[in-house]
Amino acid sequence: MDKRRFSIQAVSALLHNANLKGFLTGKIYQGAGKNICVPGLNCYSCPGAVGACPIGSLQGFLSGLKFRFPYYVLGFLIFFGALLGRAVCGFLCPFGFFQELLHKIPFPIKKNSFAGDRQLRWVKYAVLLLMVVILPLCFALTPFFCKYLCPAGTLSGILLAVHDSMLRAQLGGIFLWKAFVLAVVIVGCLIVFRPFCKYLCPLGAIYGFFNRIALYRMDLDADRCVSCGKCKKVCQMGVDPVRECNSAECIRCGDCVRNCPVNAIHMGIKYGQAKKHSEKTTAL
Amino acid sequence: MKRNIPCMLLASAGVVLIGIGIALGQPGQVLMKAVRICMECVGIG
Repeated sequence: MDKRRFSIQAVSALLHNANLKGFLTGKIYQGAGKNICVPGLNCYSCPGAVGACPIGSLQGFLSGLKFRFPYYVLGFLIFFGALLGRAVCGFLCPFGFFQELLHKIPFPIKKNSFAGDRQLRWVKYAVLLLMVVILPLCFALTPFFCKYLCPAGTLSGILLAVHDSMLRAQLGGIFLWKAFVLAVVIVGCLIVFRPFCKYLCPLGAIYGFFNRIALYRMDLDADRCVSCGKCKKVCQMGVDPVRECNSAECIRCGDCVRNCPVNAIHMGIKYGQAKKHSEKTTAL
Repeated sequence: MKRNIPCMLLASAGVVLIGIGIALGQPGQVLMKAVRICMECVGIG
């Protein structure tokens, strides 16, 4: 385990949810911090949340009665994406951290590659396009992703309902559906590493577009690489760093960097042009 | 350093978009939504 990344994830989850009093009182934070979109998936109705969820805010604009182009929210997404890409997922996202903690729980079946895994990765792009953009644009006041899918929101609902009997009394069919989705994600986390990030998260889909050009990225030194395949074997996101170290699926966990026996993989903001592996094999 | 140019341009574009959003009063709209319990998010609908 990378203790440095674990510490950053824990601190980030705490910063995203710094209104600790809210967990005890069941009241959400209403201060000025909620003007600002946070980088990770963190429901703004979570009693601890001190910032605004970027996906929730984006849908708020798109599903408005009058169309408003979401300059502000898109600005945050592009800014975070350009600097960090999916390092946001690997280091900063509280829901990603929650999934990783669940995955650490011992369970008889731990499986990261199975038939259909590759195809399922495309679902998050469909979720982004349909549930976050197209359907909210077509049906006013209905943030489809938040309403029907987001498990972070369901967790918030549970945390609020514990304290609020009025809210508890209103929970009905939609909550049951969302609780089912949350249960599937939780059980999925016991078996698969970060299933929500891999298959469903629209925020991960957005940040994935930036992975190739983000300031924080990976490089493979093809001169050093001995093609042992260890990096691919240890990658829990199913990426082969030798083929594509800046794949949209890479969350920059750094497992491949730590496990490379010849230090051929580098991660950070200082690395320049690396030789492509194909160039090396041609030269040989 | 050349490899960092596209991301710096994009990051700058992000800052510009945030600036346009601020000029249009969009932070207030984000705040209005975020300070109330989102019924859809928590599963009430």
